[in-house]
Amino acid sequence: MVEAVNKKVGSKHPDSYREAAGKTFLVQLGIVFLFVLSGFFAFANEEVAVDSAATHTEATEEHAEKSEKFSPGKLIIGHIADAHDWHIYGSEEHPVSIPLPIIIYNKDKGFTSFMSSRFEHGHATYEGYKLEEGKIISEEGSAFYDFSITKNVLAIFIAAGLMLFIFIGVAKTYARTPDQAPSGFQNAIEPMILFVRDDIAKSAIGEKHYAKFMPYLLTIFFFIWISNIMGLIPVFPGGANVTGNIAVPLVLATCTLLITLFYGNKNYWTHILAMPGVPKAILIILTPLEVLGIFLKPFVLMIRLFANIMAGHIVVLVFFCLIFVAGAASTGAGFGAAVPAIAFTIFINGIELLVGFLQAFVFTFLSAVYFGMATAEPEHH
Amino acid sequence: MKLVTPDIGLLFWMIVSFVIVLFLLRKFAWKPILASLKAREESISDALNTAKKAKEEMTLLKSDNEKLIQQARAERDLLLKEARDTKDAIIAESKVKAQAEANKIMAGARETINTEKNAAIADLKNQVASMSIEIAEKILRQELSKDEKQKSLMENLMKDISLN
Repeated sequence: MVEAVNKKVGSKHPDSYREAAGKTFLVQLGIVFLFVLSGFFAFANEEVAVDSAATHTEATEEHAEKSEKFSPGKLIIGHIADAHDWHIYGSEEHPVSIPLPIIIYNKDKGFTSFMSSRFEHGHATYEGYKLEEGKIISEEGSAFYDFSITKNVLAIFIAAGLMLFIFIGVAKTYARTPDQAPSGFQNAIEPMILFVRDDIAKSAIGEKHYAKFMPYLLTIFFFIWISNIMGLIPVFPGGANVTGNIAVPLVLATCTLLITLFYGNKNYWTHILAMPGVPKAILIILTPLEVLGIFLKPFVLMIRLFANIMAGHIVVLVFFCLIFVAGAASTGAGFGAAVPAIAFTIFINGIELLVGFLQAFVFTFLSAVYFGMATAEPEHH
Repeated sequence: MKLVTPDIGLLFWMIVSFVIVLFLLRKFAWKPILASLKAREESISDALNTAKKAKEEMTLLKSDNEKLIQQARAERDLLLKEARDTKDAIIAESKVKAQAEANKIMAGARETINTEKNAAIADLKNQVASMSIEIAEKILRQELSKDEKQKSLMENLMKDISLN
């Protein structure tokens, strides 16, 4: 894919090849780094999954004897999964948390709405619904749709509000001081906007078509980045695993797919349905593959973002849980484990800060590459 | 499996909020920001181009100026030379004229001097004559004041006459 990117950038700008080559090198470096990192996280993730599964079964076995037994697997899944309340502190049985609104649409009963505090953290049943492992289930077993404002939904609202506040504010500054050097917060935002415009949109789509994709690229870039950074903040309003929840990358990747299909020109469809210069016999194999590729590209985009961010959250939590796993053995071991565990947690958090930016960049860049493919003019060989 | 199954609620709210944010930011943030960035870049490149043009014009003007100065200098030299020539000619002419005038004056003067001299000589001659007569008279008077002298004179005169 690095070559594909390279070819893309190189072939699109024959005159500014040298300039593009420099940028391409950076992009390649970034992508290689990303692969190394994602490999690392995939490995780590696997380990964690096995680990947590093991601890989980162990914990459930021991649950009968000792209900206060610490279970890292349950804790980690609880932290990375969506929730109907925003946990602040306290045990699983009696936590202190911010209640969130529950909105349920039932075909028979219509809309029902109440605060999640009615469930009393899974201890109570309300209007025939109750919480089980963080999910709402109906006692009667009737079908319903859960449109609740969950932790992730609220986190999305917060990120969206933050974006509107920051960027509309900055836009006002631009309107107020036209043709002047940037000042204040503009200085922080402008390089990022220029980065998305020059290094992502212009290099991947080209000078001719890039402008119409800019609002979308800027929005996904900043949405992913802000959500990733917010996810690293351990307390409210951060800590939600927004981009590491499959639904969010799914929506973003679907948007990229729809925009690619909507803007796909004749050249794009020709290359997918009947690759020019390829014998008909091979087209029988190639065309289905290319059609599959249309969906595979955004699918990979979705999985990459989802897996990276979720794995990052898991790794941070795993290192943190080491303290309590050791602490369960003896208090001294807990304190002993705290030192390296906190050092590792800080280290992983630092990497996550980088990954948060990198994933935003990669998602945006690859979206831009797909848009570039969709709008590419036929090349004259 | 729970982790990779999207919740319909989260999907719904994500789509709603993302689409709203996308359209709001597109209208109120990205378009104005990108437009003003472009406008600023254009104004900067315009300013740079103008500066470049001004610089080129300056060099053009400078060479023009130099040419003008060169021309002016040449003209000045020509003028000076002409002036000098005229001056020399005038001086030469004046000299000739002055010489002629001087000669004329000199000639006149010489003539006047000659006339005056002649007159003076004539006058002098007259005066000398009259003075000689007076002197002769005085001498005669003195000589003839005494009788013997008159007598000797008479004798001398008589002698002359007799000799003749």
